[in-house]
Amino acid sequence: MGSQDEHRQLAEAEIARLIDGLRRILPPQALLVEREDLVPYECDGLTAYRQLPLLVALPQNEAQVVAVLKLCHELRVPLVARGAGTGLSGGATPVAHGVVLSLAKFMRILDIDSVSRTARVQPGVRNLSISEAVAPYGLYYAPDPSSQIACTIGGNVAENSGGVHCLKYGLTVHNVLSVRVALIDGTVVEIGSGALDSPGYDLLALMIGSEGMLGVVLEATVKLTPKPLLAQVVMASFDDVVKAGNAVADIISAGIIPAGLEMMDKPATHAVEDFVHAGYDLNAQAILLAESDGTPEEVAEEIAAMCAVLEKSGATDIRVSHDEAERLKFWAGRKAAFPAVGRITPDYLCMDGTIPRKHLAHVLTRIAELSEEYHLRCANVFHAGDGNLHPLIMFDANVEGEVERATAYGGKILELSVEVGGTITGEHGVGIEKVSQMCVQFSKEELAAFHGVKAAFDEHTLLNPGKAVPTPRRCSEYRLTGSAK
Amino acid sequence: MNDLTEHLRERVLAAATDRKPLRIRGGGTKDFYGNAPSGELLDTTGHAGIVAYEPTELVVTVRAGTPLAELEAALGEQGQMLAFEPPHFGEATVGGCVASGLSGPRRASAGAVRDFVLGVKVLDGKGEVLNFGGQVMKNVAGYDVSRLMTGALGTLGLLLQVSLKVLPKPAAEATLRLELPQDKAIEMMNRWGGRPLPVSATCWHDDLLTLRLSGARAAVAAARAKLGGEDVAAAAAFWDSVREQRHAHFTGDVGGSALWRLSLPSRCAPLDLPGAPLIEWGGALRWLTFDGEASIVRAAAAKVGGHATLFRGGDRSGGVFQPLSESLMQIQRKLKRTFDPQGLFNPGRLYAEF
Repeated sequence: MGSQDEHRQLAEAEIARLIDGLRRILPPQALLVEREDLVPYECDGLTAYRQLPLLVALPQNEAQVVAVLKLCHELRVPLVARGAGTGLSGGATPVAHGVVLSLAKFMRILDIDSVSRTARVQPGVRNLSISEAVAPYGLYYAPDPSSQIACTIGGNVAENSGGVHCLKYGLTVHNVLSVRVALIDGTVVEIGSGALDSPGYDLLALMIGSEGMLGVVLEATVKLTPKPLLAQVVMASFDDVVKAGNAVADIISAGIIPAGLEMMDKPATHAVEDFVHAGYDLNAQAILLAESDGTPEEVAEEIAAMCAVLEKSGATDIRVSHDEAERLKFWAGRKAAFPAVGRITPDYLCMDGTIPRKHLAHVLTRIAELSEEYHLRCANVFHAGDGNLHPLIMFDANVEGEVERATAYGGKILELSVEVGGTITGEHGVGIEKVSQMCVQFSKEELAAFHGVKAAFDEHTLLNPGKAVPTPRRCSEYRLTGSAK
Repeated sequence: MNDLTEHLRERVLAAATDRKPLRIRGGGTKDFYGNAPSGELLDTTGHAGIVAYEPTELVVTVRAGTPLAELEAALGEQGQMLAFEPPHFGEATVGGCVASGLSGPRRASAGAVRDFVLGVKVLDGKGEVLNFGGQVMKNVAGYDVSRLMTGALGTLGLLLQVSLKVLPKPAAEATLRLELPQDKAIEMMNRWGGRPLPVSATCWHDDLLTLRLSGARAAVAAARAKLGGEDVAAAAAFWDSVREQRHAHFTGDVGGSALWRLSLPSRCAPLDLPGAPLIEWGGALRWLTFDGEASIVRAAAAKVGGHATLFRGGDRSGGVFQPLSESLMQIQRKLKRTFDPQGLFNPGRLYAEF
């Protein structure tokens, strides 16, 4: 586990000035400095990496956020913004001599415009609660990461979160119209607008997925989508993962873009079935879930077409959800895949590479070989429609050497993703977890361009330092030692 | 099918040495767009060809100089399309399409160019070949520089190659027309937008609202029955005339008049400006011929939360894009400096400041 790039240490006097300054800005309960209060913030969803921050600020309004930023900027203190802490790449892992800026108290939905189909929300609003709030208007917010009951919009913007429906409905970047952002010096800017485009460079695209390194999201205006009248899902079994992968290509070839297209291998379905009893075929080497949504006529047409394709592609069993309860049951297994795997292993690492789908067979074979090599089990869940693969590497952190083995195994999978023309992360972000593999995916010059982008917003690299974009020094070290492991 | 990367790189390096700005040009179909081009001409049309196309992956990778029509024909053979329906305005290239960031009638339902750009290969102002994004649908490694390049009018780098997400052509389409005054049409477009209807394009002009439905056969037929109105003959030609601005609204006796592009929140009531617009994108895009003071149009757009671009004609000396706040301008200036430190690419084309 490579150490992060070292950050500036603060002298006692600087820490005192910082705390003193923050006490002037924040009410007493909004500033955490005691060790026991800091512990809950020591990691996010990537629990293998833990680091206590210097302190945690929990501002309640925009003026307080701005004042905290200004103070940190003035004192050159690093700052890590945090939403629900559900991220899986360590994007919210604190830095030792830095402040965690929690946006947990920004929980208000500020405005719902059912005519324009937009909602303006604070960053701490949970993803699912937007859909719940706009349901009376027949609308919903389309991106649905697995963590949607807990994860917040601020975090979704930072990571450009996806979900199981993004092949048809897009990622966060396709569903956010504007963000109100506080820059590190406390300047507040509106990026994007209620219109469909903005003059000048597309800073909105830059902001989304920037992992909290360019600014702090104060508000987001999201696009709402009309709720389809009906959704139905087909579940198909295959006796071979390669056949399942080919079936995905066959569906696309038939001109169908399913609302969701997911694949799980045998270890994944077994873990899930024990947990949620979704009715998965335990004899199958892989199952595919393909959803159709729209008007009843449209869904009937598409489901029939998909069943025909799946049959031709060699599915050994095909089942169509009969009602909403059954549809949700089929999906429950997929959505619970991570916790289900969590039940059968003390710890697991979730990888997030995206690959051109045609290389699926090769990649899954290599993952299985590597599993033998590293003596660690692995279950695969796959956003099959868009090539985003989530191998779940199982390990036990209490067994000496397993954390390192799991990390090395994960690193190999990421490098494999790059090798076949894919990427190290499709939707979870680089964070600290994959920062070394950035050196594999990008050249020195490309990384320099990223640092240039960072500097355009935050020249002293105070926002979320050490994440997402490795320093040249880190890459030369990694190239010498890391990738050969 | 030529790879002219080396040649283009040499041109950029020479320009860097001589400190002579370059004017990047593909088909030259959008020379009219943006602020006046300047610099030594750098023609990209020789750098052409489809590099990779995997219909089942829904991804195509293509060199910037490739004619847009050629790309669309290749996709069409596989029953696929560029869902953002970019305008051609002549023999446009893919590079110019991405650099201008202009999308057509399907934009409100399908997304804009930027929504379909998956990756780019560019030459930066130091002559380095850089790759951002990739050939896959989901990719959050590093900042989203590919989308940043989209619509940047070539000011951040020379686009060498782009990877685009493509989609299957809809199984069925139908176009219908209703007679409605402007305010009512805006209201209806927004109302339909909030319903699960397969509306893929809208155009209001001269008290007529034309609507295109796209999707599964059954869905189109059901919506067609629900919405009423008259069927439109030669629908494809009509949408083409909107997309390519050959529609009477754009070609009438406007001569050198100023054509404004107003990008607004879709629900905005008709603006209090003289003349009637042509409205697209469910109300979010309005084209208006207006020869008065630019500040009047800009203020009207800004007041409702949108922006105005002097698209064609008119007095372009004051800059054609809505001015930015100082904070946003500062960030954009720094981004420009990062990718093009000497200011070689298309100086002033987007904003006079860079």
